[in-house]
Amino acid sequence: MELKYTPEQEAFRQEVRAWMKANVPKEPLQDFDTEEGFKQHRAWEAKLNEGGWGMVTWPRELGGRGCNLIEWLIFEEEYWGAGAPLRVNQNGIFLLGPTLMEYGTEEQKKRFLPRMASCADMWAQAWSEPGAGSDMAAIRTKAVRQGDHYVINGQKTWSTRARWADWAFGIFRTDPDSERHHGLSYILLPLNLPGITIRPIRQLNGLAGFAEIFFDDVKVPVENLLGTEGGGWNVAMATAGFERGLMLRSPARYQETARRLVQLYLANREEADRDPSIREAVLKAWMDAEAYTLSTYRTASKLVNGAKIGPESSTNKIFWSELDIQMHDTAMRILGPRAELLPEAPDAGDVGTWLDGFLFSQAGTIYAGSNEIQRNIIAERMLGMPR
Amino acid sequence: MDFTFSEDQIAFREAMHSFFAKELPLEAIRKNWETEAGHAPELQARIAEQGLFGLSVPEDFGGLGLSDVDWVQMTQELGYSALPDYVVDTAYVAVGLLNALPAGHALAAEWLPRIAEGGARVAVGHPSQKLVADADSADLLLLSHQGELHAVAGSAVKTVLNPSIDLSRRPCRVEWTPGAETRVLDAAAAAPLWEDALNRGALAAAGQIMGQILRMLDISVAYTSERKQFGKPIGSFQAVKHHLATVAVKAEFAKPVLERAAQAMASGDPARGVHVSHAKLACGDAGWLAARSGIQVHGGMGYTWEVDLQIFMKRAWVLDAAWGDRAFHKNRVAAHVLSANALLGAGKTFI
Ligand SMILES: Cc1cc2nc3c(=O)[nH]c(=O)nc-3n(C[C@H](O)[C@H](O)[C@H](O)COP(=O)(O)OP(=O)(O)OC[C@H]3O[C@@H](n4cnc5c(N)ncnc54)[C@H](O)[C@@H]3O)c2cc1C
Repeated sequence: MELKYTPEQEAFRQEVRAWMKANVPKEPLQDFDTEEGFKQHRAWEAKLNEGGWGMVTWPRELGGRGCNLIEWLIFEEEYWGAGAPLRVNQNGIFLLGPTLMEYGTEEQKKRFLPRMASCADMWAQAWSEPGAGSDMAAIRTKAVRQGDHYVINGQKTWSTRARWADWAFGIFRTDPDSERHHGLSYILLPLNLPGITIRPIRQLNGLAGFAEIFFDDVKVPVENLLGTEGGGWNVAMATAGFERGLMLRSPARYQETARRLVQLYLANREEADRDPSIREAVLKAWMDAEAYTLSTYRTASKLVNGAKIGPESSTNKIFWSELDIQMHDTAMRILGPRAELLPEAPDAGDVGTWLDGFLFSQAGTIYAGSNEIQRNIIAERMLGMPR
Repeated sequence: MDFTFSEDQIAFREAMHSFFAKELPLEAIRKNWETEAGHAPELQARIAEQGLFGLSVPEDFGGLGLSDVDWVQMTQELGYSALPDYVVDTAYVAVGLLNALPAGHALAAEWLPRIAEGGARVAVGHPSQKLVADADSADLLLLSHQGELHAVAGSAVKTVLNPSIDLSRRPCRVEWTPGAETRVLDAAAAAPLWEDALNRGALAAAGQIMGQILRMLDISVAYTSERKQFGKPIGSFQAVKHHLATVAVKAEFAKPVLERAAQAMASGDPARGVHVSHAKLACGDAGWLAARSGIQVHGGMGYTWEVDLQIFMKRAWVLDAAWGDRAFHKNRVAAHVLSANALLGAGKTFI
C-alpha cells in the first residue's frame, strides 16, 4: 500500500490541469436538455476531444490516451475540479464504449469509438420498455431477421437524451419464440432510420431529458449486431456492470458537491445551526464523499493489479445514489424557504444549481438498476443468500 | 498510488484467520467468560508463538517490526474471532507507546522483548479513559497523571473491576500513587505520545468492529439460509435480504477508510488524526447497523443468550465508545472540514 502519486502521475495531473484551465468555458453552459444547451455541450465535447481528452482510458488508435484507471481518476479530479461541464454523451463513452471494447469487432470499434469520443455520434441507451423496467428480461420489442437486415417493431421508453441522440444501443428479441433472457440481441442503430418516432418526455425540472422511441418496421443491417445473435443478455449485463461499477460516477463529482455544501453551510451558518442536525449532515457528506473516493481508488488499484471486479460493484451504485440524495437534502435544508427558487429568481441569492441537483438526485436510486434490485444482487451474489 | 496489500500481508492475515478459527471456537469464548480473568492464559502463549505480540516490536527487540498497515489487517481478524482487549492493547497500543519513547529508553529495552516473547501484558490508561481495560491482569500499566506518562508495575496498583455486559471486557478502576519514580515523561513530552496512543487505540477498535461486522454478516447469512418459515428459508425473502445487503454496503465503504487511516498512521501523515476519526465513525456506524440488523433477521433467537451473534454485537457496541467516543471523533473531523483553510474537493484526498 502506497497512497502517493508517482512523479508521472503528478506530471499527468499538471498536464490535465493546464489544459482545463486554458479551455474550460468561463461561463457555465446552458442545460443540455435544451436545444441551445445541447449545441454548446456538443461543441465542448468536440473541443475536449481535440485536446486529446475525449476518453482517456481508450487506446490511442481509437481516439484515447491509453491511461490506466488511476490516471483516469486523476483526470476526472482535474475535470471536476476545474468546473468543466457534465459529459453529455455519458451513455456512449461510459457504458457502450467499454462494452464495445470487450465485445465489438475490430471494425465496429474503429467505426464507433473515435466518433463517440468526440461526440460526433451522440448515443442513447434503449433498454427499458413500458413492460420491462426492473424486469429487463421481459423485453418484447422484436428484431426479426430478414436476409441481411433486422426488422424492428415495438417501443422503448425512458431513453435518456434520445431526443438529441444520433444512435441508440439496445436489446431486442431476435427469436420471437424465446422467453426471458434467451433469444435477445444487442443491436446498434441510427435514430434517423425510417419508421422511428421519438416522443420526448418532460422530467421533474420541466425539460425533456428522456424520451420514448417507437419502432415501426425499422430496418437495421445485421452488421450492427454487437456480440452474437441471441447472446444479447450477457453483453447487456457487461454494460450494466459498467453502469453500476466504476465508470458512470467518478468520485470527483461528489467531492465537489461536498465541498460546495461545506461552503454553503459556512456561508449560512448562523441560520443553519438553528437545526443542530445540519452540521452533522454536512460532515457526513464530506466523510461519505471521501469514503467513495477511497473505495474507488481501492477498486481501481485492484483492477490495475489484474483483479476482476465482482458483484461488490452493486454496492457502488447504492452508495453514490444515496450519498447524492443525502447531500442535496442537506443543501435544501440549509437554504430553507429559498430552496424553491429557480436560480434566475430576483431574490435567489446563493441558491445556485442546488434545486436542479436535488431533483436529479431523486432519480439516482431508480436508474442504472433500482437500488432494490441492487440489494437483491448484493444479497444473492455477494453474500450468497438463497434465491 | 496503490491501495492493495502485498501477498505477504494477505497470507499473514489468512494464516491468523485459520489459526483463530481453530484455537478460538465460539464455545471457547463462552468458556473463557466463566474464568476469573475472562480469558485463558494458554491462548496467550499460543498467540505469542504465532508472532502476533511481536508484530510491531522492532526486530532489534525480538519482534517483526511491521507497521500499522499490517495491524489493520490483523485487528479485523481479532474482531472476527472476538479476541479480548488485552491482545491489541498490549501488542499494538502499548508497543506503539514504548516504541515512541526517546531512543534508548530503559523502559522500552526492558519491556519490548518481554512482550514480543508473549510473556507480558501491558494495560494502557489513556488520559481520556476513566477505566482501564484488563488492568487487573497487567504486568505493567502505562498510566496518565495530569498528562504525564507513568509506568507502574501491576503489583503496585489496586484495581476495582467493573462488570460489563460484554463478559470478555475487564474495565477496571485503578488506584495508584504517582511519583517521581513512576514518571516516564512530563506532560509536554508525553502529549504527542498520548495522541498517537489514542489514534492506535481508535484504529484498532475500528478494525475490530469491522471484523465483528464481517462475522455478524456470516452468522446472519448462515442462520437465514437455514431457518424456514412459510416453507422457505427466510433468507430468500426480500425484506430479510435487504437488511443484510444494506449492512454489506456500509461495511464495503468503511473498509477503505479504515485502511487509509492505517496507512496515514504508518507514514506519519500530519492529518492522521482526522483519518482515524473518520475510520472510527465509519466502522462504528456500520457496526451498530450490523448488530441491529443481525438481531432483526434472527427474530426471537436474536434476543437470546444462546445465539452467537450476541458475542460480536456486544463487542461492536462497547468498542464504538472506547478510545474516544463519537462526540470526540466527530469534533475532530469537524475541526478539519470546517476550518477556513481546509483542503476540500476533487483531487484533495491524498494531499
Ligand atoms: C432519469 C432516468 C434516466 C433513465 N435513462 C434510461 C435510459 O437511458 N435508457 C433506459 O433504457 N432506461 C432508462 N431509465 C429507466 C430505468 O432504467 C428504469 O426506470 C428502472 O430500471 C426501473 O424500471 P421502471 O421504471 O419500470 O420501474 P419498476 O420496475 O416498475 O419499479 C418500480 C419500483 O418497484 C421496485 N421493484 C420492481 N421490481 C422489484 C423487485 N423484483 N424487487 C424489489 N423491488 C422491485 C423498483 O425498485 C422501484 O422502486 C431511466 C430512468 C430514469 C429515472
